[in-house]
Amino acid sequence: MSFDNAYESLLGHEDSHWAFGTGFSEALSGVNREFPAGVDTADLAAYCLMLGDDALIFSQRLSEWCSRAPELEEDIALANIALDLLGQARMLLTRAGEVLGKSEDDLAYLRDEREFRNVHLAEIDCGPGPGGDFGTTIARLLVFSSWRLALFSRLAPSPLRAGSADPVLAAVAEKGLKELAYHRDHAAQWTVRLGDGTDESHRRMQAGLERVWPFVDELFATHAVEARLTGVAVDPASLKSEVDGVLEAVFSAAGLSRPADTRAARVAGMAGRDGVHTEAMGYLLAEMQHLHRSLPGAVW
Amino acid sequence: MTTALEIASAVRDPELPVLTLADLGVLRDVSEEDGRVVVTITPTYSGCPAIDEMGADLRRSLISAGYSEVEVRLSLSPAWTTDWISSEGRSKLAAAGIAPPSRIGPSVAGPVPLNLVPPSRQVACPQCGSPNTSEISRFSSTACKALRRCNACSEPFEHVKEI
Repeated sequence: MSFDNAYESLLGHEDSHWAFGTGFSEALSGVNREFPAGVDTADLAAYCLMLGDDALIFSQRLSEWCSRAPELEEDIALANIALDLLGQARMLLTRAGEVLGKSEDDLAYLRDEREFRNVHLAEIDCGPGPGGDFGTTIARLLVFSSWRLALFSRLAPSPLRAGSADPVLAAVAEKGLKELAYHRDHAAQWTVRLGDGTDESHRRMQAGLERVWPFVDELFATHAVEARLTGVAVDPASLKSEVDGVLEAVFSAAGLSRPADTRAARVAGMAGRDGVHTEAMGYLLAEMQHLHRSLPGAVW
Repeated sequence: MTTALEIASAVRDPELPVLTLADLGVLRDVSEEDGRVVVTITPTYSGCPAIDEMGADLRRSLISAGYSEVEVRLSLSPAWTTDWISSEGRSKLAAAGIAPPSRIGPSVAGPVPLNLVPPSRQVACPQCGSPNTSEISRFSSTACKALRRCNACSEPFEHVKEI
């Protein structure tokens, strides 16, 4: 074999084998994608964007830790969690795109800030930037995954509930549920390790919770789209007592205190679900979208 | 004559090449419709980057066996579980130095239990067989594996984690 051309030697003259994660096929190819009867598809698309954007934007934040975490195992753990969320985002954006006539890439790379529907908790800087540290990131992961797990457990069909009337949302949730359980356990175990560790680790873990707490309120606020999608969406207000119970169990084992309830400032009562974002969002999107916008259609 | 099912069943997993897609339990259905082969696979994890490779490998194997039209479909529900890894697959993993998952059974109704400490699973060391092993990290080189260490022979090893 000649190694004059590294690309060709890797390729073995077969494009499809050059690396994993190249030449993506469509995220929902072959999945039952009928729209449930009587459902406003514009609302369904908006809801898929909400849940898809939460995962996409938080995945981007978690990826920032790769090579910068306190230990190698944690680089790998956070990157794996980010990958799971990116997979969930791809399927949800594809579902939204079926209604909107756009691809998952159009939605991820070519929307402007005001068109993103993620909660603020997903986008704020919790480290490795100046907005936090590893403890802050764990605090966000604990809150986010506890909340999303409770949400997905209601969207997924189970012996207790029918799940979402949308077959794609139900299937994405059923699959994601198992992943989120690992994410939540990982965050909970770190919270206990740091909270119940040294004075310094305890102080930083508590500070991390204080940093993310003003953004928790938004997770449980019912949006008009969620209220209209009866049987398809989950009313997030209904998740509060379950999530509170989980967080209380973790705080108690970690010797941490639940921060006082405060709420981050909003613009005319609007927040992430309405497309109104924090200052951090523009910088995040600039990094995430820059390559695709500079070189439209670029592929690996 | 080799059937489409036999060909598809023999395709190997790109990340765990000791296993075939059938051993891993991701090959859900192979059927022939109007002269086309329709293969249905399911991803292990939502973000598994190998899923596209699996589809490409299936297509390539079937086309080189003479099937002119191959369609690969994705199925998300029911969600993949490590319980679908075959007994033969489990033996192959252990022989390759990767601890196979234990059986978890059907999920129970109600809230997902929170684990404040890593669940104490009896995972035998694939090198020396000692049951005295501990988890280093829940996450490893691929989404589906955890990293463990044997406390008897000190070897680190990977474990296909239960899901």
